[in-house]
Amino acid sequence: MSMKASNRQVNGVTVVDMSGRITLGEGSVILRDTIRDLVGKGQKKILLNLGDVTYIDSSGIGELVSAFTAVRREGGELKLLNLTKKVHDLLQITKLYTVFDIKDDETAAIKSFAK
Amino acid sequence: MESVNHAEQTASEVAARAGLGEDEQYQVAMAVREAAVNAVLHGNAYDPGKRFVVAYETRVDALVITITDQGKGLDPESIPDPLQPENLMKGSGRGIFLIRAFMDEVKIRNTNPGTEITLIKHTGRNAANPKEEEAQ
Repeated sequence: MSMKASNRQVNGVTVVDMSGRITLGEGSVILRDTIRDLVGKGQKKILLNLGDVTYIDSSGIGELVSAFTAVRREGGELKLLNLTKKVHDLLQITKLYTVFDIKDDETAAIKSFAK
Repeated sequence: MESVNHAEQTASEVAARAGLGEDEQYQVAMAVREAAVNAVLHGNAYDPGKRFVVAYETRVDALVITITDQGKGLDPESIPDPLQPENLMKGSGRGIFLIRAFMDEVKIRNTNPGTEITLIKHTGRNAANPKEEEAQ
């Protein structure tokens, strides 16, 4: 299953609903382009909903890290929502679980962004 | 990347046939994917004229997978630790780490030219079904 990403605005936060595989090649590129596009438009409060992401490899993890640093560099915030167990475990063994702000409730996640 | 996806899929199937559970099938498939990506990107440097070979061997108590490329070789000592603070926020460099995390044993050998990486997952069952395939 290839990766898909769609955006929606909720109270000033851009929620990016992602599905499929974030792997080297298409998946990573879609994520990179999506973040670049949002930051370019000045949308700097980004919530990545990974609930339907079935698989992520080291390239995908790297892309999440790059997205996080790119948004932060522009003074924004990027948070993760609805991790599957596999993605959760990957972030834990790579010690990135504490780096990212990870949420499991969308409403609470939206509220947690700085006004 | 088609060959990488194919290697990952085959690894998952071989792991299932070796009697590994769903989580372990995922781990083996991920390790093979990462090794295949390294072979294509860092080993063969995207050279379409170079191949990587994935060999599967189901032993009595283990699944042994060997991935070889035709690149310039890899020094395992030179691989940075992605958990170190200075590397934690890097956008790459986690492939070998994940392979080591997911497999029971990992051996990296410089074959001059090329790199051979052997991945071992203990299965604890009897079987014998060697399989080899090539990918470009």
